[in-house]
Amino acid sequence: MQLLVCGGTGCRASASATIVEKLNESLKAHQLTEEAQVVTTGCFGFCEKGPIVKVIPDNTFYTQVKPEDAEEIVAEHILKGRKVSRLLYENPENQEHIADSRHMGFYQKQMRIALRNCGVIDPENIDEYIGRDGYSALAQVVTDLTPEQAIAMVKQSGLRGRGGAGFPTGLKWEITSKFSSDQKYVVCNADEGDPGAFMDRSILEGDPNSIIEAMAICGYCIGATKGLVYIRAEYPLAIKRLEIAIAQAREYGLLGDNIFGSKFSFDMELRYGAGAFVCGEETALIASMEGKRGEPRVKPPFPAESGYMQKPTNVNNVETFANVPVIFLKGPEWYSSIGTEKSKGTKVFALAGKINNVGLIEVPMGITLREIIYEIGGGIKNGKKFKAVQTGGPSGGCLTEAHLDTPIDFDSLVAAGSMMGSGGMIVMDEDDCMVSIAKFYLEFIVEESCGKCTPCRIGNKRMLEILEKITQGKGNMEDLDHLRNLAYVIKDTSLCGLGQSSPNPVLSTLENFYDEYVAHVKDKRCFAKKCKALARYTIDPDVCTGCTICARNCPVEAITGEKREPHFIHQEICIHCGVCYQKCKFNAINVE
Amino acid sequence: MTKIKSLDDLRQKKQQLEQSMDIREKSDHPENLVQIKVAMATCGIASGARTVMNALVEKIKKENIPAVVTQTGCMGYCYAEPTVEVTKPGFDPVVFSYVDVKKAEEIVDKYILNNELIDGILPANYQTI
Repeated sequence: MQLLVCGGTGCRASASATIVEKLNESLKAHQLTEEAQVVTTGCFGFCEKGPIVKVIPDNTFYTQVKPEDAEEIVAEHILKGRKVSRLLYENPENQEHIADSRHMGFYQKQMRIALRNCGVIDPENIDEYIGRDGYSALAQVVTDLTPEQAIAMVKQSGLRGRGGAGFPTGLKWEITSKFSSDQKYVVCNADEGDPGAFMDRSILEGDPNSIIEAMAICGYCIGATKGLVYIRAEYPLAIKRLEIAIAQAREYGLLGDNIFGSKFSFDMELRYGAGAFVCGEETALIASMEGKRGEPRVKPPFPAESGYMQKPTNVNNVETFANVPVIFLKGPEWYSSIGTEKSKGTKVFALAGKINNVGLIEVPMGITLREIIYEIGGGIKNGKKFKAVQTGGPSGGCLTEAHLDTPIDFDSLVAAGSMMGSGGMIVMDEDDCMVSIAKFYLEFIVEESCGKCTPCRIGNKRMLEILEKITQGKGNMEDLDHLRNLAYVIKDTSLCGLGQSSPNPVLSTLENFYDEYVAHVKDKRCFAKKCKALARYTIDPDVCTGCTICARNCPVEAITGEKREPHFIHQEICIHCGVCYQKCKFNAINVE
Repeated sequence: MTKIKSLDDLRQKKQQLEQSMDIREKSDHPENLVQIKVAMATCGIASGARTVMNALVEKIKKENIPAVVTQTGCMGYCYAEPTVEVTKPGFDPVVFSYVDVKKAEEIVDKYILNNELIDGILPANYQTI
C-alpha cells in the first residue's frame, strides 16, 4: 500500500510536510513500515480541499487532513481497513461521502496529459518518473528519429503553444531548426504572471522531469545543446525541485554529453526572473535573461532567428513542454484525436473565484464552460447566481451566461471576445461589479506596463482614470465612447502582446455588461453594491432605536435625530464612507 | 548512480522500477484486472489475514499476474476468517474462506490461473450496490 501526500505549494502551506512526518511516525509505531510507504507527490489539483492524502490501491481520497489525523488514518485505514469517513470528500449535492476519487465530479470529466504525473509520482525522485515511461520518448527520439521526423510528429499532433497565443509548436520548432548557427537555445517560459494562475508552477513542482525531457527533445529537433528555464524567483519550491531533477538527470547521464550513446549532447540551467508580467512576452523574457531591462522589442527578427545572445532561440511555455513526451509515447494520431478540429489535446485551467471546487483541472479542448463550472467546479459558492467568468487573465475577457455552452478552444474563445491565455479562470457571481472588475485588471496592467511604448503606458492610465471616475459616480455617457475609442487605439498601436491585449477586460465588459456601465453613469447606481461612492445609505425607521451611535460616528454630521427616536441620513451631505453601516448594532442601516 | 547509456539501459531501469509504480497505475483501471480483496477487519487480522495478504502479493508478483490486491473491511463472515474475495474481469466475485498461506497460493494457481474452483467457497448471500 502507498499513501500519497500532496506536496504542492497550497497543501504544504497547510502543513502537508508535517502530515508526512506524522504518518511515518504512526506507521513505525504500528510496525507497518514494510507494508505501507508514504510518498510526497505534486499537486492533485483539488486545492479547495487540501491537504490531500490518497491511499492506494483502493484510491481512497482524504481531504483537509490535519497532522493530528495521521494517527487515525494509519490506525483505522491501514491497520484495520476501515476508511476514516469524516475525512472523505462530501458530495455537495447529496451530502454523501465519496471515498474513491474516480467517482468525484471534480475528476470525472478531467483528462490528465500535462498533469499525468502530478499527484502520482514523487517529484524529487527521478526513478519514479522513469518507472512511468519517463525519458523513453527522449531515448526514442535521439536513437531512432531524425530531427525532421521528430518535428513532423509534433506538427502532426496539432499541439499549439499553451502560453496564450496558441502558435503551432511543431511549426515554431521547424522555423528555429532552419536557421544555422554555432549555438542555439531552448528556453522554457516559466514566468507565469496571470493573477490566479498556477498551472505552470504545479507542473514544475509535480513533474519537473517531464520539462527536462521535453526540452532535450526540442534541443535535438532544433539543433540546440543548451536549455534555459526562465522561472520567477517567487516559485522557490518549483526551483528547488527543478534543480533536484536536473542534478539527478545529470547523474544518470540523461543530461550531458552523448545522451543514450548518441551524438546528441544537451544540458540546461535556470535563470531567475523578478516577477514582472511583461517578461512572459518572449522578447522581454530574452532581454531579462541577458541581464537587460525586461522590455519587449519589435518583431521581426523573431527569436527563432535572433534570440538569446542574438542566437536562434526557441521559447515554449511549461505546459506546452509537458505535452511533448506524451506525443512520442502515444503517437501524434492519438494526441490529435483529442480536442477540437483546430485545438488538439487538453488544457490545464486554474479555477478560482466564487466557485466551490477551487483548484487545478485539465480538460479536453472542446468542453463547455458549463461543464467546467458546474460539473467539475461544483457550481457557484453559497448557491449564488453565476454572472461571468474571466478567462485569459489581464489579456482575456469576461464571458457571460450566453457563452456557457460554447466549446472551449483557442479560436472560439477569441471569437467570444476573450482568449485562452495561460489558463486562469476566475468565476464571478451576482455580487461582483463588472466595472470594478475591469478596473482591477486595468490597475494590474498599469502597474505591470513596462513603459516602453506610449499607447500602453499612457493609454491604459487614461482608461483607468475614466473607470475610476465612473465608479465614483462622476462619469457621463461620452466617457463610455471615449473608453471604447481608447481601447481600440491601444489594441492597434501597442508594441507587444501585453499592450495589444490589455484593453480586453474593458472591451469585453463594455460589450457584455453595457447595462451595468450605463447604470453607473446615468442612474449613479451599482447593483452589486461594490462601488462605495454609489451606495445610498438609509435608516429603517422601524428598526432604528435612536441609540445615536451612527450620528456620533458620522465624520460629516450627515445624520440627525433625537435620542430614542429614529434617525435620518441627509443624502446631500453623506460621503458614502459606510461608517454608520459598520457601527449600527441593530442592522437598521440599509445599503442600496 | 550508474549512467544510463542506451535505450536498453533505460528499459532495464524502468523494469526494475515498474513494480512500485505499478500499483499506482493499476489503481486507475481496476476493472480490467483481477481484484483480490482480503478482509482485514479486527477478526480477519486476528486470524492471520495480514500474512495471507503478503503471501498473495508475493505470489502475484512471482506469477506476473495483472492483479491488484487490496484490503477491505469485514465482509461479515467472521466465523470463516481469513476470507478473500476474488473478482476476475467478467466474472462474479467469489469468496474463499479459512484462507492460509497454502490456500492463498492454491487460489492463485487453481482459480485465478486455471478457473478451477476449490473447496471452501462461501455462498454469496448479499448484493452490493
